[in-house]
Amino acid sequence: MPRRIVIGIRGVGHRVIDSIWRLGYASRFFTLTLLKSGTSMRRFSLIIRELYFTGVLTLIIILVSGLFVGMVLGLQGYETLQKYGAETAVGTLVALSLVRELGPVVAALLFASRAGSAITAEIGLMKATEQLDAMGMMAVDPIARVVAPRFWAGVISMPFLAAIFSAMGIFGGYLVAVVLIGVDEGLFWSQMQSAVDFRFDIVNGIIKTCFFGVAVTAIAVFEGYDAQPTAEGVSGATTRTVVTSALVILGLDFVLTSFMFRGVS
Amino acid sequence: MQRTTMDLWVGLFVIAGIGALLILALKVGNLGTYSEAQSYTLVGYFENVGGLKIRAPVKSAGVVVGRVMDIQFSTKTFDAAVTMKIDNRYQFPKDTFASILTSGLLGAQYIGLAAGGDEGMLKSGDKIMKTNSAMVLEEMIGQFLFNQASEDGDGGDSGKF
Repeated sequence: MPRRIVIGIRGVGHRVIDSIWRLGYASRFFTLTLLKSGTSMRRFSLIIRELYFTGVLTLIIILVSGLFVGMVLGLQGYETLQKYGAETAVGTLVALSLVRELGPVVAALLFASRAGSAITAEIGLMKATEQLDAMGMMAVDPIARVVAPRFWAGVISMPFLAAIFSAMGIFGGYLVAVVLIGVDEGLFWSQMQSAVDFRFDIVNGIIKTCFFGVAVTAIAVFEGYDAQPTAEGVSGATTRTVVTSALVILGLDFVLTSFMFRGVS
Repeated sequence: MQRTTMDLWVGLFVIAGIGALLILALKVGNLGTYSEAQSYTLVGYFENVGGLKIRAPVKSAGVVVGRVMDIQFSTKTFDAAVTMKIDNRYQFPKDTFASILTSGLLGAQYIGLAAGGDEGMLKSGDKIMKTNSAMVLEEMIGQFLFNQASEDGDGGDSGKF
C-alpha cells in the first residue's frame, strides 16, 4: 500500500516537472523562431504560400460561421428586446457582442481547429519522415525555412479573419433583424453607430485578435516541432494543439478583457 | 503558373480583410460621424455628476455635439470637474448653461448644453460658469417625503402621509 502511494506521488511530481520543462523548451523555441524570422522575411514568397494555406483556405468556414452566429444573435436578441419595446437596439447588441468578444474568440477557435491543427500535422509529419533532419544536413535551418513562415502567416491572417468574421456576423444580424423581421433599417444602423466606439471597441478587438494569432500559431508550430516522430505522436500533437489553443484563447480573453474594459461602461 | 494563382488568392484575402476592417470602422463604428481631431475642450464643474460616465454624449437641442472625456474630483472646490470635447463646428456663447440630464426614465445620463445670449464664444480650455447637477433619485424622494410631512404637520397629524 505505501509503495502505491509513493508511486502516485512520484507520478504527480514527474508530470509537474515535465510540464515545466516543456514550457521552458517552448519559450526557448518561440524566441528562436522570432530571432530567425529575419531570414524568412527576406523570402516573402514563402510567407505568401503559407498565407494561402492558413488564411485563404480558412476563409470559407469563417464566412459561413460568422454569418450564422450573427443571424442567431439577431434572432435571440430580437426575441428578448421586443419584450421591452427596444427591438431597434438589436443592431447594438449584435455589433458590440461580435466586435468585442465573439468575433475575436470564435474566429480564433475556428482558426485553431482549422489552420492550427493543419500546421501541427504538417510539421509533425515532416519530422516523422525525417525531412527536418534532411534540411539540417543540407545546412538549411528548419526553423527559418519551415517554422517561421508558418508562424508569421498565422499572425498576419488572424486579425483579417476576425474582422471578416465580425463584418459577416453584423451582415447576418442585419439580414435577420431588418430584412426578415422588419426592424427599422435607419434606427438599426444609427443605434449601432452611436454605441460602437472606434477606439474602445473596434481597436481593442483587433488587439485581442493579434494576441490570439500569436498564441495559436506559436502553440501549433511548437507542438508540431516537438511531436513524437510516429503516427501516434503526430495525432496526439494535433489534439494537444486544438485543446491547448482553446484553453489559452479563453484564458487570454479574460485577462485582456479585464485590462481593456475596466472602468469604461 | 501555380504561384500566380496563389498570389491572386492571397491578394484577394488581404483586400477582403482590409475591407472588413474599413466596414467595421466606418459603417459599424462612429469613426465616420465624429472625429476627435477637430475638437476643443471645455470644463464644467458640477456639484453632483450622478451616473455620468466617460464617453457619454454632450448634446445641445438633442443633437450630439461632443463627448465627455474625463471626470475628476476637484479638491479645490470639492466638486466634480467634467472635461468634454466639443466638435469644432459647434461654437457656444460664454453664458452657456450645462446640465446633466437623463435620456428616458431609466436611460443613460448625458450633458445638455443650452446656449445663452452672450456675444463672446467659449474657447478651448474655458470653464462653463453655469451648471446644474444631476437629479439623484434618492434625494428627490427624500425631498418629496419631507415636503409631504411638513404639509401634514401644519394640519396637526405628523408622521402620516
